[in-house]
Amino acid sequence: MSNLSTYFNALFFIALPYAALVLFFLIGIRRYLRRGFTYSSLSSQFLENKQHFWALMPFHYGIITVLTVHIAAFLIPRQVEWWGRVPARLWFMEIGMLAAGLLTLAGLVAAMVRRKVNRKIAVVTSAADWIILVLLLLQIVSGLGVAILHPWGSSWFSIAVTPYLWSIVKLDPNIALVAVMPALVKYHIINAFLIIAFFPFTRLVHILVMPNPYLWRRPQVVRWYRRPQAARG
Amino acid sequence: MDVRVQMSMVFHLDKCIGCHTCSLACKNIWTDRKGTEYMWWNNVETKPGTGYPTGWEDQEKYHGGWELKDGKLGLRSTSKTQTVFNIFHNPNQPSMDDYYEPWTYDYQNLFNAPEGSDQPTAVPLSMVTGDLIQIKAGPNWDDDMGGSPVYAESDPNLAALNPDQKAQMFAIERLMFFYLPRICNHCLNPSCVASCPSGALHKRGEDGIVLVDQKRCRGWRACIAACPYKKMYYNWQTGKSEKCVLCYPRLETGQAPACFHSCVGRIRYLGVILYDADRIHEVASLPEDQLIEGQRSLILDPRDPVVIAGARQNGIHDAVVEAACKSPTYRFVKDWKMALPLHAEFRTLPMLFYVPPMAPVMAHKSETALENNSEDLFADIEEARAPIEYLASMFGTKHTGKVRYALRKQKAVRWYRRAITVGDVDMPTAERMLREADCTPAEAEAIYRLTSLCSFEERFVIPPMHREQAIEMLEDPLEHKQGVGFGFMDGPRRGL
Repeated sequence: MSNLSTYFNALFFIALPYAALVLFFLIGIRRYLRRGFTYSSLSSQFLENKQHFWALMPFHYGIITVLTVHIAAFLIPRQVEWWGRVPARLWFMEIGMLAAGLLTLAGLVAAMVRRKVNRKIAVVTSAADWIILVLLLLQIVSGLGVAILHPWGSSWFSIAVTPYLWSIVKLDPNIALVAVMPALVKYHIINAFLIIAFFPFTRLVHILVMPNPYLWRRPQVVRWYRRPQAARG
Repeated sequence: MDVRVQMSMVFHLDKCIGCHTCSLACKNIWTDRKGTEYMWWNNVETKPGTGYPTGWEDQEKYHGGWELKDGKLGLRSTSKTQTVFNIFHNPNQPSMDDYYEPWTYDYQNLFNAPEGSDQPTAVPLSMVTGDLIQIKAGPNWDDDMGGSPVYAESDPNLAALNPDQKAQMFAIERLMFFYLPRICNHCLNPSCVASCPSGALHKRGEDGIVLVDQKRCRGWRACIAACPYKKMYYNWQTGKSEKCVLCYPRLETGQAPACFHSCVGRIRYLGVILYDADRIHEVASLPEDQLIEGQRSLILDPRDPVVIAGARQNGIHDAVVEAACKSPTYRFVKDWKMALPLHAEFRTLPMLFYVPPMAPVMAHKSETALENNSEDLFADIEEARAPIEYLASMFGTKHTGKVRYALRKQKAVRWYRRAITVGDVDMPTAERMLREADCTPAEAEAIYRLTSLCSFEERFVIPPMHREQAIEMLEDPLEHKQGVGFGFMDGPRRGL
């Protein structure tokens, strides 16, 4: 392995991930504490209601499906690998993920067109929105490319990528397995870390404040400002 | 019994002159910021008319509020399951087109236009995009348009009328309209609060004012679909929901809310009531024809020793109970039963009550003098230009009884006072009217006084808010004029 590619691998698969994670947590938490007001979905449905449906619904449902399987392969790699041992199940997974990826792509392109075409939406579109949209577009296109050119990802991800990701988490980076990956896969990983690095500067932070206590609370919320307890049903 | 306090309001529609002073007072204080130009936390609608946002009363269109499904109370379109699946795109959320696109005028052009043969004009510019726009709608676009086939005939309440009554309402020389000022109802069973995925919307325990915690709001927008009165607004600039705050910073300093304070017709009354929070769910689940009576029964008598003991137990200050005894709302709603909730069938238990309007008076059979020798002294209520079924669709859950009662009492008080001051009605007739309207001379005097001669202190009975114990003591609400609007100390800068 040449010096240059060693340097390249260390930069993009060790330095970049840690830089991304530090930014993600440091900026994310700082922004929550200091400028918590800015944590919002920043929905633009109010300004434009029709294209919104055809862009946002496919994008969100698509990306949630794709991300869930990625996270599953990271958290429970053995089970995901086991699932792929039967060809029918593997095919189901491959086709399902490809379809979800295409759904995401269609939604994202529609969202970008909507932001470009609609004057009202342009008013509430920032530079950060465009940067993250382009990063997401590159991520989805490269992901679809991987799915088509290097299939059976649901199986090799669990074996090759998951150990690398865990080595990052365990502060003992081992890039031997990713260093030999095809260029497109490498790009997909690098772009993913770029998105994580940029995440806390963008509207993506709304993912961090997804509602959940809501699902179990009582319908009415009462706050007593003069009593020690914060809330009483 | 769980005794709680509610800041509660009465609007006397018979006195409203439709001047919109309330709306402007509110706008100048609260919604003069970017992203809120289209919002009118207080607006005045002409009835019959479509209102703001267009046709808001039609829940077949907007799917707001609560409904009984197999006897169980549930949100019409914003249950937890529906909200989770609709969180990316809420199919029941109105868009700016349902309100109007706010605009200003290019006044600078009047000064800067190059010299020419034409007078320079100030063209309308969108306050969203800054582009030249064609104005198609405004917040009171159907103002005074009673009888209009475009606006008045699209009033959702007309569904309660038969074709004859409808034709009567739109007949030439019988046209009628009245005004309906609206603010947030600060409901006891608010559907906006119940639908909020972030838990940002809440009721203040101390006075029942419904507020949005701007820092917790994440712009999921379920509240906008959930509120059947469409009094939740989305700030497109900050990505947060906003609503009427009942001018709580003013209340905390003993002042009436701006819309109340500025009301030219003095139609507005404000006072606390005590209610039993344990029974909210039970009352909100009652059959439709019992909702108004049920809501009245929630309101407790502040002179009842049991209620006072319950209030003390819940940490309610004696001064607040004292204010509840003087509350004009209690008198209109509970003692006199003249004030009724708007669209109680939405089941949010609204805490803004309306005295239904008497106007316009019908021209009588006799050309020269008022006829009062009919055996039915209340005939003109039944024959009024506004069919009682129309008012009942708004204030009586389509049942005319409560509305008729309120109108008869108003008329009886008028005739009683007429007998005293003008003398063209004889006292026995006036007293007979009072009896038939379930009223006594003493009560009639009290109603007359609070309706016609009420002083500032009688209309607005604001208890001490004990600001010394409250939050945000050191904050100056005016510090961020045109900046924050309300809530907290850093500017409401939009996130990236």
